[in-house]
Amino acid sequence: MEKQILICCGTGCRANGSMKVVEALNEAAREQGADARVIADVKTTGCNGFCENGPIVKILPDNLVYYKVKPADAKEIIEKTVQSGEEIPRLMYKDDTGTRVRSQEENPFYAHQHKVALRHIGRIDPENIEDYLKEGGYEALKRAVSMTSDEIITEVEKSGLRGRGGAGFPAGRKWRTAASYEHFPKYVACNGDEGDPGAFMDRSILEGDPHCVIEGLAIAAVAVGAEEGFFYIRDEYDLAVKHIKKAIQDAEERGIIGESVMGSSHRLKLSVVRGGGAFVCGESTALMASIEGRVGEPRAKYIRSVQRGLWNQPTVLNNVETLANIPVIIQEGGDAFARIGTKNSSGTKVFALVGKVKRTGLVEVPMGTTLRHLIYDIGGGILNNRAFKAVQTGGPSGGCIPESMLDLEVDFDSLAEYGAMMGSGGMIVMDDRSCMVEVARYYTNFLCEESCGKCTPCREGLRRTLEILTDICEGRGREGDIELLERLGHAMQDASLCSLGKTAANPVLTTIQYFREEYEAHIREKRCPAGVCKELTRFAIQPEKCIGCDMCARGCPAYAISGGKKEVHTIDQTKCIACGSCREACKFDAVVTLGRNDVAERGQQA
Amino acid sequence: MVEFLEVSIESIDQIIHSYECSQRYALAIMQDMQRTYQYVPREGMEALAQYLDCPVSALYAMATFYKALSLVPKGEHIIKCCDGTACHIRGASTLIDGVKRELGIEPGETTEDGFFSFETVNCLGSCALAPVLVVDDVYYGKVTLEKLKEIIADVRKGGAA
Repeated sequence: MEKQILICCGTGCRANGSMKVVEALNEAAREQGADARVIADVKTTGCNGFCENGPIVKILPDNLVYYKVKPADAKEIIEKTVQSGEEIPRLMYKDDTGTRVRSQEENPFYAHQHKVALRHIGRIDPENIEDYLKEGGYEALKRAVSMTSDEIITEVEKSGLRGRGGAGFPAGRKWRTAASYEHFPKYVACNGDEGDPGAFMDRSILEGDPHCVIEGLAIAAVAVGAEEGFFYIRDEYDLAVKHIKKAIQDAEERGIIGESVMGSSHRLKLSVVRGGGAFVCGESTALMASIEGRVGEPRAKYIRSVQRGLWNQPTVLNNVETLANIPVIIQEGGDAFARIGTKNSSGTKVFALVGKVKRTGLVEVPMGTTLRHLIYDIGGGILNNRAFKAVQTGGPSGGCIPESMLDLEVDFDSLAEYGAMMGSGGMIVMDDRSCMVEVARYYTNFLCEESCGKCTPCREGLRRTLEILTDICEGRGREGDIELLERLGHAMQDASLCSLGKTAANPVLTTIQYFREEYEAHIREKRCPAGVCKELTRFAIQPEKCIGCDMCARGCPAYAISGGKKEVHTIDQTKCIACGSCREACKFDAVVTLGRNDVAERGQQA
Repeated sequence: MVEFLEVSIESIDQIIHSYECSQRYALAIMQDMQRTYQYVPREGMEALAQYLDCPVSALYAMATFYKALSLVPKGEHIIKCCDGTACHIRGASTLIDGVKRELGIEPGETTEDGFFSFETVNCLGSCALAPVLVVDDVYYGKVTLEKLKEIIADVRKGGAA
């Protein structure tokens, strides 16, 4: 008998030490040697999405999943679970009721998910093409080369698939336009320049299922008549680059791509271009400039890149997640795909649910799932049971959505109505200890650094916005600042060249729209309600709540807290740097947040 | 640990000539130089300009535009502190301040002894482990100020050995 041990080796689990677990499991299996009744087949897989609880180890066919596995657990796993099928409860996931669950299906994080784009990840070894072939890989490409261009594109059109990178442009229409030009050579490209901070679905797919993206891009190439394709991948994603390169090589060696695509008359050469670390290169025309070996600045799109893209030739550019859906559409038909999700946004979407939620990670759900379901049922609610304040969606160009809108069904169009956007699927949850003015300042600072500087509204508008926001955060806010920010924001929306500039004011405008009172508290009362803006915040310990556990003092980097064991602790305000680590450390909520001018009134120590 | 080469005409030529002569490889070639020398040397850019028959200014524009490229040598060990949104919300600023205190340098700078460079990055795609710190190629998740001190001490020890 043989059992499979699947170990998650995505970037997240690797950071948690999964490679050492692989070694230990292999070692333990070898020690069993000839005595083993069960042969353990140890295999590394891509990211399971539940990175916070990694390293994740799955045992098949038992369908038993272990979390936070350490190398020291390896021997026990081999002896008990693999040899005798026995459970090790301490490594199993504890659900909301405190019950230990066996399988992924019983885990609340996975139970509500619907996997299409992530279908193979966590089951196959991304570096082994055999694994992908066993799952029916490249069957869709085989079918595609026997279809006409029109048949392939019709299937994609029927599916209603829209671009997962953020803009939501229908993929089928893009392909149809590219196919209609008789202007050769044509190119296809995959946008893997996942620049939005807080999103990592593309990284996960490229790392965990590289062949599936190659298959999607190859089908695009066959459909539009392109013979060369590029993967543009972020410089930071080492593992993704490694896996895609290996996958391209393996696919070429097997004659899947190369001189003949699956034995047909189509030819296809694929290569990888590493991004240079510029956010703006996620924009289509900037990305193409970068592939051509130039500075990645966007151009005005009077003529779309689908007509004149790379080297002025027709070019189809699709996002990683979009391409990962293509093989499914070809295999199961566009109609079947269109039945998932909402009317105008078909299929599923992968979200990176991160920030202050209990269960963070990658989740794939049908379009139209509510924010509440995502955050509370899948995410398990807010970390430490604190109060929900906002969820930021759509990356730096997205917006912040308040609690009143939690029942909104998320798809391409619904969020846009409220000034936010679904974007590439980053979903950052914030609690009452997140300052919305500071969040707006953070995004503006990000965009200010990343603005390519070509057009004035974006370049100058962002700088001035950042100055005003910094002033507000540091206690120099003035009456009229909010109105000025709004005027600046609208000017940027109207006058910027590319969509990075047009949407750059979204973080500021949505936070003003939904959290105006927080701006006012900063400006008028010189107080940061969340206790984040250092110049406006003082911390103090409430004597009646302090039990003298000393946890706050131990973590204080400025050594500003004094007090013996079991005695009430006090904060020396002259030493305090307002970093807030005492507030995080205190399990009794004894640390209170005060405004800049509040300290004296409360009679706290000087 | 990665060994960094001395800048020499031979090693520059070796990098350049491993690519076909086409503008499209300009970024890749400069990235290779960055990986080899920890920066893009002036000699490298001049040789590349000659090879591609393009003005040095075009390459200089790229070298200053792309964050992956640097015109000054970096330290032996690079500490990258992620300040992506997820990390930011979970206390990256505190961590950045902590690194500043520990090393006495600002983001983008290198310590005087050339041992550490400190950078902030906009998301490493490991948001579920926020806040994240990367030293050379090793990822550390859920880093606290205490853990940070240990990490830096470990690198110092490892580097001295």
